[in-house]
Amino acid sequence: MGTLIEEIFSRKIGRHAYAGEILLVDVDYIMSHDNTTPLAIQTFQEIGRPIYDRSRIVLHLDHAYPAPNVQVAENHRRILDFVRQQRLPHLFIRGVCHQVMLEEGFVVPGAIIVGADSHSNMYGAVGAFGTGLGSTDIAVAWATGKCWFKVPETIRIELYGQPPPGVYAKDVMLDLIGRLGMDSAIYRAVEFGGAYIDNLPVHERLVFTNMSTEMGAKCGLVAPDDRTIAYLESETAARGPFERIRPIRPRYERVIEIEVSTLSPRIACPPDVDNVKPVKEVEGLEVHEVYIGTCTNGRYEDLEIVARILEGRRVHPLVRVIVTPASQRIYTKALRNGLIEILINAGCTVTNPGCGACVGRHGGVLAPGERALTTMNRNFVGRMGSPLAEIYLASPATAAATALTGRITDPRRIMRG
Amino acid sequence: MGRAWKFGDHVSTDEIIPGRFNITTDPQELAKHVFCEVRPEYAERVRPGDIVVGGQNFGCGSSREHAVIAIRNSGAQCIIAASFARIFFRNAINIGLPVLECPEAVAGIHDGDEVEVNPATGVIYHVTTGKMFQARPLPPFVLKIVSAGGIVNFLREHDLEELMHP
Repeated sequence: MGTLIEEIFSRKIGRHAYAGEILLVDVDYIMSHDNTTPLAIQTFQEIGRPIYDRSRIVLHLDHAYPAPNVQVAENHRRILDFVRQQRLPHLFIRGVCHQVMLEEGFVVPGAIIVGADSHSNMYGAVGAFGTGLGSTDIAVAWATGKCWFKVPETIRIELYGQPPPGVYAKDVMLDLIGRLGMDSAIYRAVEFGGAYIDNLPVHERLVFTNMSTEMGAKCGLVAPDDRTIAYLESETAARGPFERIRPIRPRYERVIEIEVSTLSPRIACPPDVDNVKPVKEVEGLEVHEVYIGTCTNGRYEDLEIVARILEGRRVHPLVRVIVTPASQRIYTKALRNGLIEILINAGCTVTNPGCGACVGRHGGVLAPGERALTTMNRNFVGRMGSPLAEIYLASPATAAATALTGRITDPRRIMRG
Repeated sequence: MGRAWKFGDHVSTDEIIPGRFNITTDPQELAKHVFCEVRPEYAERVRPGDIVVGGQNFGCGSSREHAVIAIRNSGAQCIIAASFARIFFRNAINIGLPVLECPEAVAGIHDGDEVEVNPATGVIYHVTTGKMFQARPLPPFVLKIVSAGGIVNFLREHDLEELMHP
């Protein structure tokens, strides 16, 4: 009995878990990447204990890979040496950690996965408890297999209706963040449901749980259903049976109901992710870079939307249009199906899978005074390089339309039939 | 006693320490660049014992622990904020940097004011005005971590399970 997060914890501890309770629980997987692992290694060595269970540790090189400079190369070296010394079985260089975690089958309903990355919330789209932690918590989990959590209160968001063409999960989520604010769910679980979510493919549900981080949430969750199970079976290495964990007579801190049928494309304007406006209001602003990719919107279906808009056209000659598929799996599928060729013929630069420009260190950093429109999840000052650059966040369709004109453009002007 | 360095709402970890500096794990190196873009004079002028005062949702964004390390090693003795982003809050506790949630104190304290803080009791004495504030008390198991000087120190003497003992 309880909210989805209470149900997940209850299964883990074998008794009812209540919001507000502090628990020390076994974690299923402990994820970290090249940005956060070096600190975790340092702390782990300070703890001075052996690894509790090496099969639970999953490491990725994705934030700045291949290494753009000597310091990053040294970090990669430290991580790879650690993997060898500790004989860690799970190291991936296959794209953005969160996407790869899903594809490789680590993320299943009811699992507890901690990640040294704030967007670990994404795992909740298939009913796992994923949450971001710092490197010290990760090192402690390596050494003990455990982590402490306060079972969070839950905000339930019910979404109804079907958005019009040109409006995607990203627009709906940006609109939500704009309405509720970037600190609206601090320390809370956010459960997404309602007819709109029920009918939404899993690759779009991932946008909601991924960006629950941008509401300050501890985790974002969608109850697993037939779609979830079909997705896990066809798109990931996970094998069932999967638990269909559902909220049972839940008590929510707050229930928010929103109708999405009349929504128009949305855009988050600098300097905060909750500074959200209809794309129409900022149409015409010149951009210098369009960046398409990341754990939020770098999936196959996102590239497909972009390719459909750009097919047979050319992007604006003075705009750098960079596309970074989220994973090697996505990249190869896009290659096979001709999407990459369409993007390249349209004038895009397609980079290797990974976090790319989203971390502001390589793969398309911004100069002072530049303006970028991207499919990323955050637009903090300095996120993509110069603190004097401006970052606008929008859907892949808005990004593609903007790439064509060189100015922020409502995709409904450009989209074909 | 320390001087207050006051910041606004939603200070992100990107603003505390931009991504390009996260390539090092050297605490002193991180401290050199703390707040470099939003408050460039901070790193040079901060004195040991000073206090960082933030608004709502302090430390939001990326999970990078480099942010709390940079602040601790800059010499700041603690952070007072109206509210903290959750990963940042955990990270601070884990390295033994006291974090006090107290919207009233934040509203009353101005940049450069003199402030005295008792992290164990959560009492904040605003020397400049003579006012006292009481921060939200930290849960007992969190206080155990803070008083051990961080979770690594705690684990040297105890098992993790002992955190949960009353």
